[in-house]
Amino acid sequence: MTVLLCGAISLTGCARKSDEQRRSKSGKAVIQNTGSDTMVNLAQAWAEEYATVDSTVSVEVSGGGSGTGIAALINGTVDIANCSRKIEPDERKRAEENTGKTPDEFVVAYDALAVFVSKQNPLSEISLSQLAEIYGENGSITKWSQLGITGMKRDEIIVINRQSNSGTYHYFREAVLGKKRDFRLGTYDMHGSKDVVEVVARTPGAIGFSGMGYATHDVKMLRICVSEADSAFLPNIQNALSGKYPIARPLLMYTIGEPTPVIKNYLDWIFSKHGQKIVALNGYIPLTADAHLGNHFSEGR
Amino acid sequence: MQNRGNWEMLSEKFIERLIWLCGISSILFVFGIFFFVFREGAGFLFDGFNAKEFFTSIEWYPTSQNHVRYGALALIAGTFSVTLVSMAIAVPFGLGAAIYISEFCSPKVKEVLKITIELLAAIPSVVWGFIGLTIMNQLIIELFNAPIGLTVLNGGLILALMSVPIIVSIGEDALKAVPDSYREASLALGATRWQTIYRVLLPAAKNGLLAAALLGVGRAVGETMAVLMATGHSIRIPTSLLEPVRTLTATIAAELGEAPMHSEHYQVLFIIGILLFTITFVVNLVADLAVRGIRNQAS
Repeated sequence: MTVLLCGAISLTGCARKSDEQRRSKSGKAVIQNTGSDTMVNLAQAWAEEYATVDSTVSVEVSGGGSGTGIAALINGTVDIANCSRKIEPDERKRAEENTGKTPDEFVVAYDALAVFVSKQNPLSEISLSQLAEIYGENGSITKWSQLGITGMKRDEIIVINRQSNSGTYHYFREAVLGKKRDFRLGTYDMHGSKDVVEVVARTPGAIGFSGMGYATHDVKMLRICVSEADSAFLPNIQNALSGKYPIARPLLMYTIGEPTPVIKNYLDWIFSKHGQKIVALNGYIPLTADAHLGNHFSEGR
Repeated sequence: MQNRGNWEMLSEKFIERLIWLCGISSILFVFGIFFFVFREGAGFLFDGFNAKEFFTSIEWYPTSQNHVRYGALALIAGTFSVTLVSMAIAVPFGLGAAIYISEFCSPKVKEVLKITIELLAAIPSVVWGFIGLTIMNQLIIELFNAPIGLTVLNGGLILALMSVPIIVSIGEDALKAVPDSYREASLALGATRWQTIYRVLLPAAKNGLLAAALLGVGRAVGETMAVLMATGHSIRIPTSLLEPVRTLTATIAAELGEAPMHSEHYQVLFIIGILLFTITFVVNLVADLAVRGIRNQAS
């Protein structure tokens, strides 16, 4: 009962109280961490590992999508919001108005957005403009034969998308369709990256996208090029960092205002060698890899 | 002595009041819920909400960068199509099961069946959704040579399995409520068991059976997680059983988390909530009137 009460108190009280006040009876400080579905497994892995590093802090992770994390940040109900896209200026403004503090941004890892098809599909590479015609409103590509693929049991392309609070959805729209274009109506909007991979693996005519950490052996990752004349590249650490793979992005964490000491320690640990090793273990690109290859992510993405 | 009597009177009054409050509370809750849902959506409903677009356009682009559109027609069509399919499956099966349980089977089989059917109701909807996403998707692709199995049919089948327990248990109650004298009289006149059922019992219990079916409809309309995962969550008006749809409930579930508090998008989702509330209210009202029909007939 006491444990339940403590939990309830620490949950309800976290919006306005500082770390000191938020300590539950067991003496643990609680960090609330919500947001990106792309990052939820990674964040969970960090949280579990951090429990062995600093036993006085407990990190509570939940997903829901980047939009959910940002919404929680705006409402002031979360300590760290995970985000697989940049915060919009409008959202930043609302967060400042609501909480009186400026959101602070931290790049914690990199991700190449993987595009994949079923293993039965002979397609192995695709260009950004072809992707835009498949996914975009009034797009001209609806059949596999238009991509030169024949011998599919059904010619129709099954377009798998994400629901609109996904940071991956926002990033894909911006990077592939351009700022102004919308997705076509009638795409299959899955609730999470896992569902996307699941459906693509089990549906011969499907195409889908997610963070590279979610790709499994049941789906085939496509090589991607900017236009058909260029050569295409697989999503991996080298190609993402060298900029050859065209749809790579930073994974971000946002705090409201300057992080408190407890949160700052946690973030510092995430940036450390130990924390970044977990990034690689979860299939994403660690920051440390960036140091060798020159930082092309820092601006404009 | 006098004192004790007063005390008893007072406590009795207090208990009466308390029980009255318990009884009346559900009304308070329902109106409270309606009030809060309505309040969240009201700001946009009366200021800038385009009802014509909402009910006639299928273009649902709540987060578009250049042109935000809130057309819910496809979502409404999605909800109705999935509900219709699930009822077409669940009502015959549910009522058939109810008739078998109340009229034909031995007490032992009856117990086993009732427990098993109630177990169906206990399976969490997200598990149903996962079954739809993985097992049914592939089955439908193979059986119907469909491009993808996340379809109206998939969602309808899963919702049917979810609403069968309600239909069975209420349908069985309705049949049980028919007095035994009806059965005995019918058999005495030389009717067979089957004749007794469809000439005597079904007409006598028809209001209760209708109520069972309508409560099943309410379950199907309101289900969220299973349809979110099993129907493909795709904005279009379906023209066949093998096309995907998106329902009103699934749209709220998928998008409410994102929508910043009190933004237009957030308020539109609450307007969808009001619409759903109205639909289930009408369905339950009809079910209730039907049930009241039985009581009047019985008395």
